[in-house]
Amino acid sequence: MSQASEGSRSLHLSQLTKEFATFTAVKALDLDVPHGSFFALLGPSGCGKTTTLRMVAGLETPTSGSIRLGDTDITYAKPYQRPVNTVFQSYALFPHLDIYENVAFGLRRRKSGDVDRQVKEMLDLVELGTQARKKPPQLSGGQQQRVALARALINRPDVLLLDEPLGALDLKLRRAMQIELKRIQTEVGLTFVHVTHDQEEAMTMADTVAVMNAGVIEQMGAPAELYENPRTTFVANFLGQSNLIAGKVLGAEGDFVKVDMHGITVSIPQERAHVKTGDGWVGIRPEKVLIAAVGEDIDAPGNHLDGGVVTDVSFVGVSTQYLVRMPWGQELQVFEQNTGRRRLFNKGESVDLSWRPEYAFLLDASQDVNAGIEDD
Amino acid sequence: MSPLARTWRWIKAHVVLGLGLLVLVYMFVPIAVVVLMSFNDPGKSKNVYKFRSFTLDNWTNPCHPAGMCHAVGLSLGIGLLATVVATIIGTMAAFGLVRHDFKGRSFANTVIFLPMASPEIVMGSSLLALFISGSKIITLGFWTIFIAHVMFCLSFVIVTVKARLAGLDDNLEQAAMDLYANERETFWRITFPLVLPGILGAALLAFSLSFDDFIITNLNAGQETTFPMFVYGAAQRGVPMQVNVIGTLMFLIAIVIVLGGELNNRLKARALAS
Amino acid sequence: MPRQGKGRYTAYWLLAPGAIWLGLFFVIPFYSLVSASLFDPNGSVLTGYDVTYHFANFGNAIKNYYPELLRSLWYAGLATLVCLVIGYVLAYAIAFKAGRWRNLLLVLVIAPFFTSFLLRTLSWKLILSDHGFVVDTLQKVHILGSDGRLLNTWFAVVAGIVYNFLPFMVLPLYASLEKIDGRLIEAAGDLYANPFKAFFKVTWPLSLPGVVAGTLLTFIPAAGDFINAQLLGGPGQRMVGNTIQSLFTSTQDYAAAGALSVILMALIVGLVMVYIRRAGTEELV
Repeated sequence: MSQASEGSRSLHLSQLTKEFATFTAVKALDLDVPHGSFFALLGPSGCGKTTTLRMVAGLETPTSGSIRLGDTDITYAKPYQRPVNTVFQSYALFPHLDIYENVAFGLRRRKSGDVDRQVKEMLDLVELGTQARKKPPQLSGGQQQRVALARALINRPDVLLLDEPLGALDLKLRRAMQIELKRIQTEVGLTFVHVTHDQEEAMTMADTVAVMNAGVIEQMGAPAELYENPRTTFVANFLGQSNLIAGKVLGAEGDFVKVDMHGITVSIPQERAHVKTGDGWVGIRPEKVLIAAVGEDIDAPGNHLDGGVVTDVSFVGVSTQYLVRMPWGQELQVFEQNTGRRRLFNKGESVDLSWRPEYAFLLDASQDVNAGIEDD
Repeated sequence: MSPLARTWRWIKAHVVLGLGLLVLVYMFVPIAVVVLMSFNDPGKSKNVYKFRSFTLDNWTNPCHPAGMCHAVGLSLGIGLLATVVATIIGTMAAFGLVRHDFKGRSFANTVIFLPMASPEIVMGSSLLALFISGSKIITLGFWTIFIAHVMFCLSFVIVTVKARLAGLDDNLEQAAMDLYANERETFWRITFPLVLPGILGAALLAFSLSFDDFIITNLNAGQETTFPMFVYGAAQRGVPMQVNVIGTLMFLIAIVIVLGGELNNRLKARALAS
Repeated sequence: MPRQGKGRYTAYWLLAPGAIWLGLFFVIPFYSLVSASLFDPNGSVLTGYDVTYHFANFGNAIKNYYPELLRSLWYAGLATLVCLVIGYVLAYAIAFKAGRWRNLLLVLVIAPFFTSFLLRTLSWKLILSDHGFVVDTLQKVHILGSDGRLLNTWFAVVAGIVYNFLPFMVLPLYASLEKIDGRLIEAAGDLYANPFKAFFKVTWPLSLPGVVAGTLLTFIPAAGDFINAQLLGGPGQRMVGNTIQSLFTSTQDYAAAGALSVILMALIVGLVMVYIRRAGTEELV
């Protein structure tokens, strides 16, 4: 609404907490979302991401902590008093109003002039200009989604909140809408806060991703940074997949930390070792693991593991996914691109594995090794 | 497949629908009789339970029997007044019950269910017992009928509006608030228009319950005579054929309202689909 | 979602008018009725009434009117059973066989409500009258004797009750049948070769909430009804409603009328509680 504090309209959450009768949904959350960024709150259902979003929208009152928009404290402002709009998960389009009136709703409430021009422009932006006089139930899911977006965007809010906005769409439409959303965000230059449980969606669209679990933010950063250097087992498992192998820290050696992993010594860069002594989980992404026949020369000067046996092969087109049983009994995942230059390994074959030290990471052993693995 | 087998298959596939339609026909037989008798000329015959000859007299002179149109007017008046009051009070209560969590909510839900579960004769006689014990300040008549009608319509209104409200997605109101509508605007622009069909349905139900009630009304009417009471009284002596005119009219008006609503919806849907 | 906090007082304000109305004109009257049932039976409109806790009123009421009480329960029970059978057929046909005519048929089920209940009952009087088409036909095929009649028999009264309360049975049955996924019934047809077995294993159990609601909504008003007995029956078909009505209006024996009303209510509540427990559902509507 107010364009007054231009330049400092970033969103700040500090010590934000929401307790319900039986559990704490959000625990002392601190978060800064810079103006104009595309920010994703990523986490499994029940992690507190939607509650956080609802508190920013004003639909839920925080138990403690504060929400600021630029210099204005909006913690207890009514939903209609804050320059924040929401795209609801179920779209929540008004069924008794047509598309035009749905989109015009916010402008009319604020007694904005020039409603007609603005609505038409907005409907053109989301490519629904011809559907203006239809009622919401007559539109397809993707069209309804775009109406919900237009209805929120037209108000030019300081922050646009998106609550799993693509959850109800099929995969193909979802991909198209992801690109569309990103385009619109760049075009209008507003702050988008996007809540999702879909890690691919978060990584494709957002500049910054915050991974949330059990009411707290586990890790926050650019998508590549989170993926390549996860700091907790939860992030390692929830964002993509990881092999986590139990190990014992032997000590530092130059830029590396040496870890004993079931009798094999591996090295991990200092800045990727999130524990410096005692036990830890050695982590490596499946696509970073190289697979070779016993004794074959692997092009990976680094950590070398032998004695593996292939227990499962699944060919998925662009890549082949192997499960390899190691001498200590654990099965490791290996993804190999189907470049056509290497032969496929068969079930039961003995193989060696290897990876470059700079790709490995080391996590605190006190964390649950299965955290963040979804059952589906 | 032999024709016989084909016939047998057809019968098997449609037997339930056929029986169902037969039940519907059974439900309409007495109404057909009411319509038919509205054109009956009983002449001097005392036997009003036999169709003698066709006439339009009953339709051209509907108010001929003494007191009948006055009774119809009274029923309409009480029906409208009781409907308005019961619909307003009942809608308020439905909002209170669905939208707010408070102590005693389940108790309130039970109390609301009770009038629907009590035989009318018990409700009517207990109200009469109350009015008799207060006979120094209450005289039986228009207002006691009105009080009774609002009482028994109330539960039906509350239950109907509650069902509509419970089916309302509360995201819609949140979305309105999110789009700069304050509490009052949200109510009048979103909540109320969406609950309105439920409220209208409840009002229609309340009116038909009120207009048609005999048992409770008869006990608490004092010197007044509503249309059902007129019919009951006349039934002892011989019903004037004009009551059938009123019955037919009521039926036609209701059908027009209900079917008109349905037709309107269909036309709208068709116009929008094209 | 119910709101908490400051909305609490709003709830009481919203409920207040309805609560006061029901309190004043439903709860308190019921209390007056119970106290009327304990009046000194020697009181009269002229001399006034005293609550003397005359519990003998109940004993006397049962002693004097037990045939009417039993007859009411018997007629209402029989009518409910018949309503259940034919109402189920109609509700099933609308829910699964009517296709796009569904809404129209539903309107038709409610439509008879819009002509006066009394007029429809009087129509039955005409249809079943002594020299009417139905009686004549039945006499010709010797189902009825040559001087046999339908009017003023238990048959006419029960038929009238069935007719008048049928929509109360059909609507809840339809509501619960409509919720059943049609594919479930098809699957049952595949599993059980016999369609009757498929029906009793799948459709019937799933429709039980509707059966319970429908039977209650039919039985309760039927047990207290007296219009059908009055218009279609004779002196031998008097129900308890007739007696309460005449005790209140003609005899003005409020003590006996009150006692009989309380007994009727208690019988109904008792039967309903046993029934709900046996049907294994607490859900009423």
